[in-house]
Amino acid sequence: MNNAKKTQVRPSAFKILGRIFSYIWKNFPKRFIVVLIAIIVSGVVAAINTMFIQVLVDHYIDPMVADPTLVDPLMKELSIVIIIIACMYCIGVVAMYIYTRLMAVISQGTLKAIRDDMFWKMQKLPISYFDSHTHGEIMSYYTNDTDTLRQLISMSLPQMINCFVMIVCNLVAMFVLNWALALVVIFLTSFIVLFTRLLVSRSAKYFKETQLCLAEETGFIEEYTNGQKVIKVFNHERKAEQAFDKLNNELCKASTAGNKYTNILMPAANNLGNLAYIFVALIGAVFAIKVPSLDVGIGTIIAFVNFTKAFINPIGQVSQQLTFVILALAGAGRIFNFMSVAPEVDNGYVTLANVEVSEDKKITEVDHWTGKWAWKHYHKDTGKTDYIPLKGDIVFEDVCFGYTKEKEILHHINLYARPGQKVAFVGATGAGKTTITNLINRFYDITSGKIRYDGINIDKIKKDDLRKSLGIVLQDTNLFTGTIMDNIRYGKLDATDEECIAAAKLANADGFIQMLPEGYNTMLLGGGMSLSQGQRQLLAIARAAVANPPVMILDEATSSIDTRTERLVQKGMDALMENRTVFVIAHRLSTVQNSDVIMVLDHGNIIERGTHDQLIAQKGVYYQLYTGAFELE
Amino acid sequence: MDIIKTLAKSIREYKKQSILTMIIVFFEVILETLVPFVMSILLDQGLKKNDLNLCFYLTIVLVVMTVICFIAGVEAGFMASTAACGLTKNLRHDLYYKLQSYSFKNIDKFSSASIVTRITTDCTNVQNAYLMIIRTAIRAPIMLVLALILTFISSWIIGLIYLGIAILLGGALIFIIFKAHPYFHKGVTTYDWLNGVVQENLQGMRVVKSFNREEFENQKFNKISTTIYKLFSTGEKISAFNSPFVQFAIYAIMVVLSYFGSRLIVDPNTTMTTGVLSSLISYAWMVLNTLIMISMIFVTIIIASSSAERIYEMLVEQSDITSKQNPVIEVKNGNVEFRHVNFAYSAKASKLVLNDINFKVKEGEVVGILGGTGSSKTSLVNLIARLYDVTSGEVLVGDVNVKDYDLAALRDKIAVVLQKNTLFSGTIKDNLRWGDENATDEEMIEACKLAQADSFIEQFPDKYDTYIEQGGNNVSGGQKQRLCIARALLKKPKVLILDDSTSAVDTRTDALIREAFREKIPNTTKFIVAQRITSIQDADKIIVLDDGKIDDMGTHEELLARNKIYQEVYYTQNNKGGDNNE
Repeated sequence: MNNAKKTQVRPSAFKILGRIFSYIWKNFPKRFIVVLIAIIVSGVVAAINTMFIQVLVDHYIDPMVADPTLVDPLMKELSIVIIIIACMYCIGVVAMYIYTRLMAVISQGTLKAIRDDMFWKMQKLPISYFDSHTHGEIMSYYTNDTDTLRQLISMSLPQMINCFVMIVCNLVAMFVLNWALALVVIFLTSFIVLFTRLLVSRSAKYFKETQLCLAEETGFIEEYTNGQKVIKVFNHERKAEQAFDKLNNELCKASTAGNKYTNILMPAANNLGNLAYIFVALIGAVFAIKVPSLDVGIGTIIAFVNFTKAFINPIGQVSQQLTFVILALAGAGRIFNFMSVAPEVDNGYVTLANVEVSEDKKITEVDHWTGKWAWKHYHKDTGKTDYIPLKGDIVFEDVCFGYTKEKEILHHINLYARPGQKVAFVGATGAGKTTITNLINRFYDITSGKIRYDGINIDKIKKDDLRKSLGIVLQDTNLFTGTIMDNIRYGKLDATDEECIAAAKLANADGFIQMLPEGYNTMLLGGGMSLSQGQRQLLAIARAAVANPPVMILDEATSSIDTRTERLVQKGMDALMENRTVFVIAHRLSTVQNSDVIMVLDHGNIIERGTHDQLIAQKGVYYQLYTGAFELE
Repeated sequence: MDIIKTLAKSIREYKKQSILTMIIVFFEVILETLVPFVMSILLDQGLKKNDLNLCFYLTIVLVVMTVICFIAGVEAGFMASTAACGLTKNLRHDLYYKLQSYSFKNIDKFSSASIVTRITTDCTNVQNAYLMIIRTAIRAPIMLVLALILTFISSWIIGLIYLGIAILLGGALIFIIFKAHPYFHKGVTTYDWLNGVVQENLQGMRVVKSFNREEFENQKFNKISTTIYKLFSTGEKISAFNSPFVQFAIYAIMVVLSYFGSRLIVDPNTTMTTGVLSSLISYAWMVLNTLIMISMIFVTIIIASSSAERIYEMLVEQSDITSKQNPVIEVKNGNVEFRHVNFAYSAKASKLVLNDINFKVKEGEVVGILGGTGSSKTSLVNLIARLYDVTSGEVLVGDVNVKDYDLAALRDKIAVVLQKNTLFSGTIKDNLRWGDENATDEEMIEACKLAQADSFIEQFPDKYDTYIEQGGNNVSGGQKQRLCIARALLKKPKVLILDDSTSAVDTRTDALIREAFREKIPNTTKFIVAQRITSIQDADKIIVLDDGKIDDMGTHEELLARNKIYQEVYYTQNNKGGDNNE
């Protein structure tokens, strides 16, 4: 139904990083600058620390050892130098504390900003997006992908910035100290970089394979655990075990391979670092003894030996993060892609207004709730504003619709529902019943034709106001975590407790709610798992009732309830339907019998229409359905 | 302790690699720690005395040491991966096999989502911890101790200072972890809550949009995401002390070394030299690095411990239904009898789900079971295949108590078509073979004809090789039910139980299925649980259940004449007509 996913191009790694940084920059500009400065300060101090070793050995210790008379004055001087250095150290430590602490706020704040943005964007997406993507797919943006993003932003990114600064500071310090040895260090380091890159690319490959295997195994466990009872009933345990072992062994193979490369990364980088450190010492010694022009003292060598470590360490750290960063960027890419899906468009301008109607039927807009509504229609060309009373009159004029351009689902539908009428749709799965209701509340837009609501083309009505005037009860009742009262109040957020209870009474739900130990304050968890299907349905009806809309859509609202329970629900439904325009879609024909008009849909066409008695007399498709000759699903 | 013992049982064939890893790491660490020591000799004896030959000679020693370390490190890395991934594989294997031994009661206890997490994420956490334990947990303490010893040899004053700093810093790092961890832990839990909100929104998006509740939901989400932000950032702010502490320790050591070090070198009465000073700096790094590693081990183990607990929970769960010793392995006939059966799902429940159920059914009879939602129809039929054990009383199949049978033998002869049924991804044939893995094509077609499934299967382009998607989502509800019945028929059962298995099938097809049963498998005892009177009205016996008790039992005519509940259901369905009229 939706090709947007396929046509979108995966953004490049740099674009994704750029987008993450733009989030940081937008939310924490000052703090981010402070962080950068603090990181640089602490990096410089760390480099000075290493350089200080050279000064210490070459300028103080060596002369003092060579000439004991210098001990006293030099020792005094050294004390002062150490105090100065200690002060710098303090600055370095404070800078480090500042940036790690600020980074905690920045990284968590950025994550929150991205998460909030993502949720808000999701709320704005059209229904078509949710119909064409599985919940699992969308959920994985929030779970797996956000998890990797969390690690990227809160761990990898600060560490990589830090390492980068360390590498640069050390590099500069080395060149300041001795350019020849600096070149030697760079030369030796390049081998290490090449080697670790090789390992990283290998481990990334196996890591991806591991993810695939894990996903496959997870899918298997999910499917088979859901059907665990069937497995037991069919004595199928051994078979399931064999199938599981096969997947499990494959996963083990891939993860062992991937882990091998990751696990040798650290010892390899470490020991190669040690090798470099040895060679630096040796080459330093050679320079010191054979090439005096380079002015290499023992202090320089000790300093360089330490520089080699300080230089290679961050490189090892970065390469260890790299596998992870590659995967995390892919996840971030998916999140940003999801966020860039076009939101639901709404060009409607006709709104719903609270009004008072005077005795001579003059309508005036007021700013408080009156229980009376009117469409406020502003005419651009004349500059006049019309008020049309909300009645619930709906007309389809030659409506055609398809979820995709290629396949039309509804063909030239004409129908009308006068205020207070009950219109029923009957037909097989895929006949287009639910599609019709999807069009009335504009979850989808029609391809051609017109739908009028109280005479106004619904394109012109603002979606929020259009939906405010329509109530809907669906087959799958979705309740939300919260109390029963919260769930009923969902229909009208400012409803008083009394209003909610009145709605529950209307829906015939008050009885069972009173029986619950905590009554209306009973907490519902997991979508109301603790309630029966029928009870959930009654709550959904009460929720719609409290909103008190002039038009109701009941989409298979009673199909999964047994006939005894349905009678209970039916009473609530009947009360709800009174004085409203109602569209009913039902599986059980018993639900639709007393409708004012019944439409039989087949492959997107209305093939029969009339009252129950008329249709029975016709002995057509409805008659066959009614007598059970056809399968209805 | 029990947890570790139970989990350790899964190491099995990877014991060798685990122990070898530790041994290799042990020697590797010793060699690595000695490198700065040799280096100090190179600087003092070679460089200071302009002895280039000694320099070269010592360099070769150092290179050999490092190369050995390199090889050992790589080898240990390989083996550790094999051992850790192997352990995980075995753990997953053990968990899954354990799951297969579970009874329905055990299955009800764990949600399928929690089982998935235990077998996947929790096992991965344990894998990471194990990897840490066999490598880093050996490496870090040894390196710490050795580095301290070597420092003490060079200078006991500096050694003492290192020891003091190590204790202080180590204490501080671990203190920080224990301070910060509760925040992270709570953050992760809140995270699940947040995902719950997203899930609820995804499922109820139509409701959200119909009621214009986008903004309302957004506020709900923001509130939780703010909580998460606060928890995590508080935790991280506490952890933010970590690296400055370490850095501070390094700088403190540098200050101490440069002052005392110089004094000691200058003092002719000590053996301190410049080379030794350089090795002391290396040891300082080693001490601090190992402290960081140790704190990381703590974090990993804390994370893994709750995972380990969850895995343990599943591993020690004992199935409450097992075959007894020397079981009966043949079900002689299809007679079924209930004798004073009481049943409750939990021993603690105050109310019985089934209360004093008595009835007797002869082979080949058809029994209808009727009752409203919550009248325990499903519970009753589940006892026949011993999917649950009775609380008291006896259930007999083939005149033998079901507890005396071998479980597999019993369930082989009783086919249950469950109310919430599942088809698995695979072809139709794959699914049918669940009933009998050696079934021939003819047998499969025969079973499908009985279940009235053959006609629609033949209309699929790939016929019996049509691929069924996960959960059977590409066939309609009625088709799915008929496939499930066919699958059950292939078992050639002595007792067939249909638990509301034709609710989505139209009445005509439903009647055809029952007619086929009557003609083709007359000797199979049939239990039919149904909402529709038409599905059971021609049964030999109809049991009317109400609130866990048998309200009445008899034929359609008898019940229609005397039973109130039956009459009520009958008249509701017939007056309101619709899908239950023939």
